[in-house]
Amino acid sequence: MMGRRLVLAIPWIWLLVFLILPALIVWKIALSYPVDSVPPYAPMLPGLRVSADSFSLILSDPLYRDALLLSLKVAALSTAICLLAGYPMALAIARSSERWRSLLLLVVMLPFWTGFLMRINAWIGLLQDNGWISTVAVALGLSPLRLLYTDTAMYIGIVYTYLPFMVLPLYTRLTQLDASLLEAAADLGAPPWRIFLNITLPLSLPGVWAGILLVFIPAAGEYVIPELLGGPQAQLIGRVLWQEFFNNRDWPTASAIACALVVLLLLLPGTIIWATRHVLRAATLTRGVAAEARPIGAPPSR
Amino acid sequence: MLTISGLRVRYGNLAAIDDLDLIVPPRELFVLLGGSGSGKSTLLRTIAGFVRPEAGRIALNGADLTALPPHRRPVNLMFQSYALFPHMSVAANIGFGLRMRGMSRAAIADRVREMLELVRLQGFEARRPSQLSGGQQQRVALARSLAPRPALLLLDEPLSALDRNLRRDTREELVRLQHDLGLAFILVTHDQEEALTMADRIGVMHAGQLIQVGSPSEVYERPDTRFVAEFLGAANVLPIAVSDGRAQLACGTAVQAAMDVPADARWLAVRPERVTIGEADAANRLSGVVVQRSYAGETLTHVVRLEDGTLMRATTALQQGLAAEAVTVGESVTLSWQPNASIMLRQ
Repeated sequence: MMGRRLVLAIPWIWLLVFLILPALIVWKIALSYPVDSVPPYAPMLPGLRVSADSFSLILSDPLYRDALLLSLKVAALSTAICLLAGYPMALAIARSSERWRSLLLLVVMLPFWTGFLMRINAWIGLLQDNGWISTVAVALGLSPLRLLYTDTAMYIGIVYTYLPFMVLPLYTRLTQLDASLLEAAADLGAPPWRIFLNITLPLSLPGVWAGILLVFIPAAGEYVIPELLGGPQAQLIGRVLWQEFFNNRDWPTASAIACALVVLLLLLPGTIIWATRHVLRAATLTRGVAAEARPIGAPPSR
Repeated sequence: MLTISGLRVRYGNLAAIDDLDLIVPPRELFVLLGGSGSGKSTLLRTIAGFVRPEAGRIALNGADLTALPPHRRPVNLMFQSYALFPHMSVAANIGFGLRMRGMSRAAIADRVREMLELVRLQGFEARRPSQLSGGQQQRVALARSLAPRPALLLLDEPLSALDRNLRRDTREELVRLQHDLGLAFILVTHDQEEALTMADRIGVMHAGQLIQVGSPSEVYERPDTRFVAEFLGAANVLPIAVSDGRAQLACGTAVQAAMDVPADARWLAVRPERVTIGEADAANRLSGVVVQRSYAGETLTHVVRLEDGTLMRATTALQQGLAAEAVTVGESVTLSWQPNASIMLRQ
């Protein structure tokens, strides 16, 4: 009993020290105001000095709102591309033979063997004006490509970085799919595309949601990729936060941005999943009831 | 009518089905009986279209199915695991095949209602498969495979996941349903009792081949081979030598048989329930000592060691209760059987 409690205490202590305490500190700084000192914000004690100035600033100044909206847009588009590219990959890996499966998974995870910044720097080499991609384009008779420091380069970087986080949960879910369900659907007259739409896709939705969350959340707060690959116009919330913190030395505003982002990222996917579940359940119920129960006049026995 | 000719299926180097011919007429309940690895499930999956044969032809009512993918075949398969769609209601499961055929919602609703009535699951339409018992799931699977009005229904071990009592009831229900629908069923099982009680005809499969096809009584009473005799029910199998049309046991005793004795017969098979203990008026008689006695409620089985050491079983139906069968272990007894209980086997 004691040993079990000790083991359970380890993750709790870890969460407390590395997640909850830092989060509380960030909230504390966000509720303060900047002063010329080290650290550059007013201490909360003595006298319990609390200020919501930073929050009213980021809610009123369109700079922050626009950065946030742009971040959400970039994250959403990147997530969509990852899903569209990752789903066929995950399906292909899940359907391949045992021997190929581990090899293909290894290929998906191979980039993690190298440091993140190294890989982004490699992309700079590929994308820059006299880089490999442009050189190949010129050799093929096309005009030189301007890719680096554009939105395209930024999207390439984000999709490249987060694609494995989409593929892995999808793959896990798709390998758990009972093959006899697919056969049963075929037996009942479903051609391959209808098997996919009616069986494979709905049953892989938990994997889809996991993948979307794993890509969307870090992509929304991404700082390094837009900074290194994107153009100056790509003022994402991560970059704005960085500027507030390091250039303006406005720690409370930077912290308030961080807090707002966390709240938004907790609320947004939760709401979407909740809404989708209810819409889906309502849809299947209506279909079931409309198709069968109504003529009998019996209420569905749930 | 299902016509299978020259069918061959190969998994790597292994011939899963080897040059198989079979005709199943309409309205017949045909049972494929065999052990694991006999190829019975492979045959079913080949008819359904999930396994591509290397050679041969499968035709249903004159139309060649061999090249058609599963979703274009007018046959339905009821899966051993039921394979119900977990994300759909019972009604959506049953209506799935109809939806794939592009039927109107109203027509689907009518047919689903009809099917629910058929399997006595009215009121369950909105449930999910996970909210049903094993027996209910089995009925949903049956209704789902019957809903599109297949020309032939394939059932892969449909009763194996049910417990014993439910299995017996469901067995009778399936036979009644098959009879009422007037639809040909091909049912795969490894359970010989299931095969004998349900089938119009049984096909015994072994090593990818149909080694005997016939009515339950034909296959049981007149097995062609030692394998069939021992696979279907119990059998006492004794080696024999044949000379001048007469069979002799190894101990020298002549065997009286109602059937002609083939010159190349090698084995005598006698069903234990045809062997009586103590009666002397039957034509075939052997004596020995009782070495084991096992009580099974309806029947009592004695294992008797004959003078030459071979063991023979005699099973008695306990019509008068146990008291009537007073033979105990260690007692010397005479075993006897009528000539028409002697089955001569070539192989």
